[in-house]
Formats: sequence, C-alpha cells, structure tokens
Amino acid sequence: MTASTAAGGASTTGAPILQLRGIGKVFFGNSVLRGIDLDVRPGEVHALVGENGAGKSTLMKIIAGVHKPDSGTMELDGKPVAFASPLAAQAAGVSTVFQEFNLLPERTVAENVYLGREPRRFGIVDAGRMARDTDALLADLGLHGLASWMRVGSLSVAEQQIVEIVKAVSYDARIISMDEPTAALADQEVELLYALVAQLRARGVAILYVSHRLKEIFDLCDTITVLKDGDFVLTTATADITPDRLVRTMVGREFAGYYPDKDPGTVPGAVKLALEGAGNTQVDGIDLEVRAGEIVALAGLQGSGRTEIAHGVFGVAPFTRGTILLDGKPVTVSSAREAVRLGLALVTEDRKAEGLALEQSISANARLVLDSVTPGSSDRRARAIPGILSSLDLVSRSKDAEVQYLSGGNQQKVVLAKWLVTDPSVIVLDEPTRGIDVGAKRAVYDLMRTLTARGVAILLISSELPEVVAMADRILVMRDGRLAGELPAGSDEETIMAMATGAGDTSEHVEVDLSALDVPVGDAARAPQSVLPGGEPASPRHAQRDTTQEDQ
Amino acid sequence: MSTAVSTASPSTGSAKSTSGPRRRRLGSTGIVYLALVGILVISAGLVAAQGGNFFSQGNLFYLLSQTSLLGFVAIGQTFVILCKSLDLSVGYVVAWSSLVAATTMAGDPSRIWLGVVAALAVAAGVGLVNGLVISKLRVNSFIATLGVGLIIKGYLDTQYKGPSGEIPKAFQGFGYTRIGPVPISVIVLAVVMVLGVVLLNRTRSGYHMFAVGGNIDVARLSGIRTDRSIILAHVLCSLCAGVAGLLIAARFGTGNALVYTYGYDLNSIAAVVLGGTLLMGGRGSIMGTIAGVLILASLDTVFNVLDVSPFFKDVLRGAIIIAAVAMYARRQIDPASSRARFRALAQSVRPGGARDGQAPPGSSSASAPSTSSGKEATR
Repeated sequence: MTASTAAGGASTTGAPILQLRGIGKVFFGNSVLRGIDLDVRPGEVHALVGENGAGKSTLMKIIAGVHKPDSGTMELDGKPVAFASPLAAQAAGVSTVFQEFNLLPERTVAENVYLGREPRRFGIVDAGRMARDTDALLADLGLHGLASWMRVGSLSVAEQQIVEIVKAVSYDARIISMDEPTAALADQEVELLYALVAQLRARGVAILYVSHRLKEIFDLCDTITVLKDGDFVLTTATADITPDRLVRTMVGREFAGYYPDKDPGTVPGAVKLALEGAGNTQVDGIDLEVRAGEIVALAGLQGSGRTEIAHGVFGVAPFTRGTILLDGKPVTVSSAREAVRLGLALVTEDRKAEGLALEQSISANARLVLDSVTPGSSDRRARAIPGILSSLDLVSRSKDAEVQYLSGGNQQKVVLAKWLVTDPSVIVLDEPTRGIDVGAKRAVYDLMRTLTARGVAILLISSELPEVVAMADRILVMRDGRLAGELPAGSDEETIMAMATGAGDTSEHVEVDLSALDVPVGDAARAPQSVLPGGEPASPRHAQRDTTQEDQ
Repeated sequence: MSTAVSTASPSTGSAKSTSGPRRRRLGSTGIVYLALVGILVISAGLVAAQGGNFFSQGNLFYLLSQTSLLGFVAIGQTFVILCKSLDLSVGYVVAWSSLVAATTMAGDPSRIWLGVVAALAVAAGVGLVNGLVISKLRVNSFIATLGVGLIIKGYLDTQYKGPSGEIPKAFQGFGYTRIGPVPISVIVLAVVMVLGVVLLNRTRSGYHMFAVGGNIDVARLSGIRTDRSIILAHVLCSLCAGVAGLLIAARFGTGNALVYTYGYDLNSIAAVVLGGTLLMGGRGSIMGTIAGVLILASLDTVFNVLDVSPFFKDVLRGAIIIAAVAMYARRQIDPASSRARFRALAQSVRPGGARDGQAPPGSSSASAPSTSSGKEATR
C-alpha cells in the first residue's frame, strides 16, 4: 500500500467538522487575513498553501486558539466556538503540531504524551498504565520503532514530530493541523510522516496540512485551499488542479514598481566569492559564484538551506566539505571574526536577535563590528558612520537613541551601517527587507545598486519573489539543501516557485512502503534494506539505543 | 525488546553505522555513583598509605554526619533547581529554624513537638514567600531568594546575639544517637530521601516540576499550573532546610544565628549540580544529589584525616565541581537531536555502489568514509 494511492481513495463527502467563515485578523493595524472561508471534513487531508507571508500560519494559529480572529465565525460540528487558549482547542478535539515542538526533551515519550493529565491510582501516578496506554497507541498507529520509555531528546526530528502527533491522537483529536511538518525532515523521514497521515485519515481524523512542497501536497492531500496576501483565493479538490495551475494561483500579483533600475554602467567584474562543492549537515554540493558588481539572489522556500549557505560563508556554521574562494584564492572561514577580516559582511535574517544590541545606542551599534574586529583603527574608521547613516536616510532624533525604539526600517539601516563601515567587498543580505516599510525597502534597494556600482558583490537571500526578480542579475534556486537550478535575471515568479517547490518533477513519486513500518521484531537487521531509496541500509539503531532509564 | 526499525531514519542511523555500534550511555546518576566509588577507593588508598583506616567507625560516623546536614538542604535544593529556580536563602532558614526550635523548646521536653512544628512552620513560611515572589511577582529566583535571605539575616542579627534557647536532652539524641555507625539523623535523611523520590517520580506534582523546569511554556500549554509547582518546590526546599536547622540545633543543644555562615546555600547547589541535576532545570534526581553530598562529605572526611590545609581543600573541591559539570555539559550535546539533513551524505556522494540499494562496501566497518564526513560522524 502506498500513500499515493490513498489520495484518491478516501471519501471526503459529508458535513464539515470545522467550518470557518469570513475569518479576518489585524495585527497592529495591518490586516493579515481577510474573509477566509475554510471547510474541513472528517477523513480529509486538506492542504493550506500560499507564498511566505500569505497568512497560512496566522490562520493555523487562529484555529489552534493561539490568536483570536477579529472577524468571522468558526464552527465545530455546526456549533460556534471561540477557543480561549490552545488548551481549550485541544480539549475540543482540535490539536496543532507546530514547527517548534511542545515537547520536553528530557522526558520519555509516555511522560510527554500524558503531560499534565497523568493517570493516577491512589494518588500515585500510574506509570505502568501510562506506558501501556502509550505503547498501545503507538502500536495502534503502526509505530513499532517508538516505545513509551524512550527519551524524547534522543529521537530524530521526524520521530519527535510523530510523538507530537501521537499526543494529539491521545487527546482524541478530530482535527490535527500540521505546520510545515516536513520542513526539517530528511527525505526518508518524510515517508514515516506520510504513513502516519494515511493512518489518521483512515481513522476519520481531519488533517489540515500546511506545506510549500507541491509534491507532498499532490501525494497526500484531498483538498487544497490557496491563500494569497491574506486573502482566500480558492478551494479545490486535488484531482481538479495541476501543479502548474496551483503555482500560478499562489503567486502572480501586480508588479510593485518601486525597484530602482540597474545603472547600465554596472557590469559584473571578476569573481569575488565562489563556493565549490560546499556542504555541511544542512546544505550539500553548493557551487556558486558572485562577481564584483553583481547581485546574485538565492531564492527558495523557508528551510531550503539559504540561510545555512550564508552561515557557512560567514563561518557561523562552517562548511565541512568543499572550498570557499575569495578573489580566486581558497580561504578557510571558521568564525565570523575571520569572515569580517576577509572583507565579508552578513546582514542577518533576524535583526533583533542577531543584528543589534537592542538596548544600546545607534552609534554603539554602528561601531560594533569595528570595535571588536579592528579595535586599533576603530575610532578613525568610525568617523565614516555619520555619513553612512545620513546616506541611508536614517530617521532618528539622536545618535544616542536606543535602537530598540527605532522602527524596523531604521533598525535595518543601523545594521547596514554597521557593516558598510567595515568596507566589505562581499555582502550577504539575508532577508534584508523583511518587516520593514516601503520607504526603507527602497533605501535598501538603492543601497544595493550603489554598492554594486562600486564593485561590491552581493548575495541576496530573499523570500520575496518580486524583489528577487527585480533586483538580481542571476537567481539561484535552493530546494532541500541543494541548488535546484539557476535562472537568468527577469525570470518570472512562477518559474522560480516551480523550481523551489519541485513542481516540475512530480513524476518522482515518493513511495511509502507500509510494510517497512510493520517489520516484525527480530527482522530488524534484514528487512529495511529495500525501503530506502538512497541505498544506505538503515542501521537498527534503536536496538542499540540507551535502555538505561534515567534513574531517580 | 520492541525496537524494530519502522522509524528507519538513515540520516542519523548511517552516521552511526560508520562509526561502529553506539556505546550504551550510562545515566548521569550512574556516573555520579561511579565517581563516588572512585573517590572512596582513592581516599581509602591514601589513608591506608599513611597507615590509617578510612572506613573506621569514627571516620564513617564523621562522613555520615557531614552527609546528613548538607543532605537535607541539598534534597530541598534539588526540587527547586529541577524547576529551573534557585534558593540562596537556605542557609538563613537553617539558622532561623534552629533558633525557633531552641527558643520554643526552651529546655522543656514536653515542648519538643511544639518546637519542631514551629521551626518547620517558619521554614515553610519562608519557602512560601520565596515561591510567591518568584512565581507571582516574577522576580528572578536568584534575586528573590537572596533578598529574602538578607531580610532573614538582618532579623537574626538584630534579634539574636549569640546562641539562644535550649534543646532538651531528649531531642539532642536526634543529633548524637547512633545505631552502630549510623546516626539517627541519617535514618531520618533516608526517610526524607525516599519521600522525595516518591514525590518526584510517582506523583503528578513531581512530574509537573520536571515539566516546569524543562520548558515552562510547554508545561503551561499542557494545562499545568506552573505557579503551583514552583511554590511547592520552594516550600519543600525550605522545609528540608528547616529539618537541617532542627538537626543542627540538636547537635549544638542550642540555636545559633551564625549557622548561616556555614555555606549551606552554595554547598547545596554544588551538591545538586555534582549529582547530575541540570542547573537549567528539567533533569535530575534526588539519588544523584545524595551521591553529590556523599562525594563532598567523603572529600571532607579524607581531607580531615589526612590533615590537608583548608586552602588546598577548597581548591580541590572547586576543581572537582567544575570538572563534573564540564563533563555533563559535553554529554548534553546529543547528536541525535540536531536537525541534520545531510549527515548520511558520504554514501550518496560516493561514486558507484550507492544507488542499487546495497550497502557500499566498507560502510559497516569502523573506518570513516573517504569524504570529509568522518568529522561529522564522530563530531
């Protein structure tokens, strides 16, 4: 039995168990969801798709009871509901598996599944019953590789995710929503999840499946709902839509038109930064070049490994394979400090956590890199800071203002100033326009043009496809930790999206061999060799797993 | 063993297959007890080299008396640290409860129970205040208990000059009586220990303490009343310190404010951490703590017997604590829990062999694959 056959087989008729009508949500004056309708039926796997920022996560959090909708109604079994908390939602049979797990790594599977409602006998926790019930549940779901006594921290990400799902099932969840459940999984681990989803569907559980990966959606889901920029676009049966059309539905908005044109005088020069076969645990086989005066974009879905390339180049999580060439010479970058010394700069994705000392002043932040890497000459070089800040149109009353009180756009300008003052020859920009206003975005784009005119090489990581299309000289698309391909400047968003989601190769079916899940005890060593497409035989590592329970 | 391979996740599994079978991990508590045995053996050897007997009745009695005092405080501290909290006021609670017991009993055997109850009530009250300040006012536990401790210190310093009160002879037995080499106080300690183990590992309250210390948001989202767990842990901690106060009063025959200079606060934390409980909460055990206390007491005993200079004593204690925690920190980084996407890469990259579902030759041997992933496999 394969999961791909199940997609057509399940019946999804009948009354919806969960019905949303006209759901809207406003955050700080920004309307992020408007008029969302959604019907979820028992035994249905319902995909929720859309670009980054389309509102999928917000909608999921509303269903989970994390956020309250500002408008619209939510009905469970035809009765209006309003969940006060995730706990209330769970009690009503609506469970959510978020990307960051709600698990205690130091506790066992059973202790996690029954957390907060441990069965008791005579006032004492009935650990035996807890273990038996958990094992029964695991066996029922065909999960023979997991046992109630295993410490959650020793499990793989896929297995932890499964523990989350098992926990949801133990609450008698009738609706389980999963937020990008495969984002952090290796291909082989995905199969395990597929099998479990198929099991749950067979039991009549409704599954709301948020994913970017078209292959999964077409393999697993019965129904697809598309969101775009916070609006409901359509709901359709999977059978009635093609991957191409789905991608067109997800993207394709009018061109915003505030991207500065490239100065025709800017011509890519010599190769500044090159990666040859670079890889570590997160990315693999990365070959790329960025020339002086060139903007190369790294596009791809969240979690596809774009940031990991930035971290590898910058020595935050160094590559363990391959070579980094700077101006044609191989270099080793094993720390951020070395990277700065080599003339690299990294504007990080999360400016609050990784880019700024929030409680310090603008000038202190702008000097941060200078002071730590070139202390001897920092005073002299810091004299350039006021000029850089004013060239970026930083709006603030005083250079002594704490950066935490600045707007996102102005904060980003401080981060940029901090790097510009080091005079880098290669700049990696990781989501440089995330969460900043239009004016600040324009300033960032202008700056990119100015820098390239000066011969700086820019590697731009961005989830905003219009930005990628308008700004980049070349577009590299990442998928699952590898480069999926290169596209020329001006490629359309649909092509990028198709490459990033793997829409082109739906032919490559992922077969889920359920028999692999039912390997009888003792056949552990022989059976799984046929299962794995990669050819690596699975080691029966659970057999060697620590059996010593943490004692009291 | 029901560990088949349905969750065959070769990304982690194969890395191990190249580095040979995974060694079984010993629990932290196991390691602590091994260390304890090691220290006892070395101590016995050192003492024997000087012609003494480390396991003489006198030495054992000294060791066990040392253990029981710090033991009570450290058991209490275990609850608190498991909840990712900390209690720096225990030393003052020990002193205060010794004074309350001695002044309430005032040498009258008929008032023994009154004194015990009063001392424990005062201790529990301090724990309640600690717990409330930390959970309701959201004051960092370090600051909250330091502040409460200072308040108690100020009160004791102004209220009691020198030893006060008198413990009746009948109750002094708690401090001195022994059965063979085993002091009564050790038997009481064992009882408290068993109660603590049962509480932590067999009751919901205990389960919830682990959860609160492991991840308070997860605990809250699971419907646990996290404030209650924190308050309970602090009350239990102070109660244990109160019992230590009773014991010290019984030994001295009187109550004494200067007991707070004995360093129970930091020593108890050291014993807990030495016992394998994470200072970050969520993992640990009372049995480990007891081993930690025994290790500290053994060191104390052997230093005493060997007449080591007090300076060197402290140096060695400090070094042992740091070494132990450094060792735990290394074990903390669990390779299986990192989200590696390409750990199994060496095989698929290799020319030939990998595509046909067969094991590449040599992959099961202990030698690392030819590519650089050997580094990752061993980490």
